[in-house]
Amino acid sequence: MDLLRIATAGSVDDGKSTLIGRLLFDSKALSDDVMAAVEDASRRHHGDYVNLALVTDGLRAEREQGITIDVAYRYFSTPVRKFILADTPGHVQYTRNMVTGASTAEVALIMVDARNGVVEQSRRHAVIASLLGIDHIVVCVNKMDLAGYDQQVYESIRAEFTALMARLGVHDVVFIPMSALHGDNVVEPSANMPWYHGEPLLHQLEWVPVREGIDALPLRLPVQYVARPHRAEHHDYRGYAGSIASGVLRIGQRVRILPSGQESVITAIDAPWGPVEEARSPDAVTVRIADDLDITRGEMLCGLGEPPQIVQTLEAVVCWMDERSALRQGDVYRIKHTTRSAKAMVTSIDARLGITSLTGEPDVESLVLNEIGRVSLKVSAPLACDDYTRNRITGSFILINEATNATVASGMIGEPRFSFNPLGNSAAH
Amino acid sequence: MTSQTLSSHLRPESKDLRDLESESLHIIRELVAEFDRPGLLFSGGKDSAVLLHLAVKAMRPAYLPFPVVHIDTGHNFPEVLAFRDRVVERLGVELVVGSVDEAIAAGRIPAPFGANGSRNRLQTPVLLETIQNGKFTAVFGGARRDEERARAKERVYSLRNEFGQWDPQNQRPEVWSLYNGRINIGQHMRVFPISNWTELDVWRYIAEEDIELPEIYYAHQREVFERDGMLMALSRVMQPAAGETVVTRSVRFRTVGDMTSTAAVASEAGTPEEVIAETLTTHISERGATRADDRTADAAMEDRKREGYF
Repeated sequence: MDLLRIATAGSVDDGKSTLIGRLLFDSKALSDDVMAAVEDASRRHHGDYVNLALVTDGLRAEREQGITIDVAYRYFSTPVRKFILADTPGHVQYTRNMVTGASTAEVALIMVDARNGVVEQSRRHAVIASLLGIDHIVVCVNKMDLAGYDQQVYESIRAEFTALMARLGVHDVVFIPMSALHGDNVVEPSANMPWYHGEPLLHQLEWVPVREGIDALPLRLPVQYVARPHRAEHHDYRGYAGSIASGVLRIGQRVRILPSGQESVITAIDAPWGPVEEARSPDAVTVRIADDLDITRGEMLCGLGEPPQIVQTLEAVVCWMDERSALRQGDVYRIKHTTRSAKAMVTSIDARLGITSLTGEPDVESLVLNEIGRVSLKVSAPLACDDYTRNRITGSFILINEATNATVASGMIGEPRFSFNPLGNSAAH
Repeated sequence: MTSQTLSSHLRPESKDLRDLESESLHIIRELVAEFDRPGLLFSGGKDSAVLLHLAVKAMRPAYLPFPVVHIDTGHNFPEVLAFRDRVVERLGVELVVGSVDEAIAAGRIPAPFGANGSRNRLQTPVLLETIQNGKFTAVFGGARRDEERARAKERVYSLRNEFGQWDPQNQRPEVWSLYNGRINIGQHMRVFPISNWTELDVWRYIAEEDIELPEIYYAHQREVFERDGMLMALSRVMQPAAGETVVTRSVRFRTVGDMTSTAAVASEAGTPEEVIAETLTTHISERGATRADDRTADAAMEDRKREGYF
């Protein structure tokens, strides 16, 4: 059985919580006491129907305000697959929490209310799913029951959204007409929409490929921790522990340690389940090498072909996530990239993304909470990195404010899937 | 010392568990690399037994470079304390105990009200005192997001302020596997490496890896009495009230907390595999079945976490 990470975005209004509640309920992940608590609370809060949002909205403030504020993680499984679902808020003021939940997702579920079509909020969800490099997007055209199960309604939303996704550089998009409330096309095919010939949502989630292509990428193993046991029976032992970001690691393989550039050969690989001949992402391993080299946390073991870029200047897309400060040219932050940490200065803000226009707004003074922009950074130490569109682990970073220690930005290195450079400004090289 | 001799391992078919195991090892290595003084919160329960097993794997072949921290409510099941001491001895690891009894005796915290008074809330000041006295910058524990809906909201790295409090509406964004371990003076981090494991995952892991647990996790004959629909174990701190009848039944515990707030469930399951079979058919959640402390209010867990609870 494998594991799939999903992110949903939306608010109570578009039926996201109802959909999640149904997935959990139909896959028996909701226990009787939790259901009883929800039924009880539903009676107190509303009256007529069981409000499954009360399952997912775990904080007092969320239940009081009737909105999702922060990510909640939910777990369910079928005989085919296990799922980790990051249930994220849809409102613009909680975009940073959506980014948190979506950053590790392999599939994004985007909710569209059939009565309203593609609105600002669905556009923003699509943009973030694209920027975060989520490979598979499922657009749930929900509340079809309130649109008379009309195929024309569905087709027109589908056409509009297809054009948007093409503009965003996302090609694997599945559309499902749905009524989460009545269960149409969630777990079972819908009798109300015989014109839809695709599979229901759960089937799509069970069979979408997971972590496709990661083994074929060049080897990247950021060193997390150097194991030196100081024990009699392991006197000269030195192991390099870390999680494989991409590629396949084999005994006998020649590797280059970057950014220092030293080379050696892998002599032993310890996976959590014992010594192995080869390992792959996302295995957390400890390796030993043939030579006595000085390797520390923050370096990366790489295959000899297709080396990462070794850079001290970066161009990246950042999402600003701090409400107490803004990103400005000249600011200095701590950058954390894989297991490496350094200082980073903002040398320029090259564009701010207009979510509606999908174009870059030039002449930007600052980026504030939940704004997305293209920036250039100068880093105090060389980083071994790949473009984010190639590798989500070696292509991502966070910025930390050294005065408050808050995580203020998430960053994706290189050109995004869709360009938003301002006209006449050749920020990208 | 058994860090070299873990005998059983996950099968390749359990790819989902292998991925969770790797994620947990990654988190443990990250916190050991970035915090100068971490401590592993060990209750003697199944989740902390799994966490300790993962920590041994993350660090081997080296010894654990951090102590095991136990908050002793004074109301622990004796089997759990014996298990704690066995494990600590076998691993040769340092044990730090924060004692609720001592804190009450010294007058640092008030004695609980009533004979069966729960010490659940009293753990919090003792935990905070232990973190402060031990100068711990991070403590990591076996809490899981599937346990309770406030926990479903918590980050893997969960910042605590000078008073040990969680601020659920002001959590740091936590993107990819890039954890921000930076803290200001007086703050500390709570880290939850098995956040993404479910109760079933934990039991499958215990079965496949052959992890030792306190024997009360498996079916045994015990004197119990029913209270609020839950089976409470008879003990020196838990006595039946008028009208409550003590009976001997085959039971096991799904969680092992304070004896005054942890109930047993009727069970015949004597092995991890049999527990898994029961877990697959049960319709009551782990905390719903057995934790009197979570039944207090809609937001009982959120409120306790705001005060600094685990």
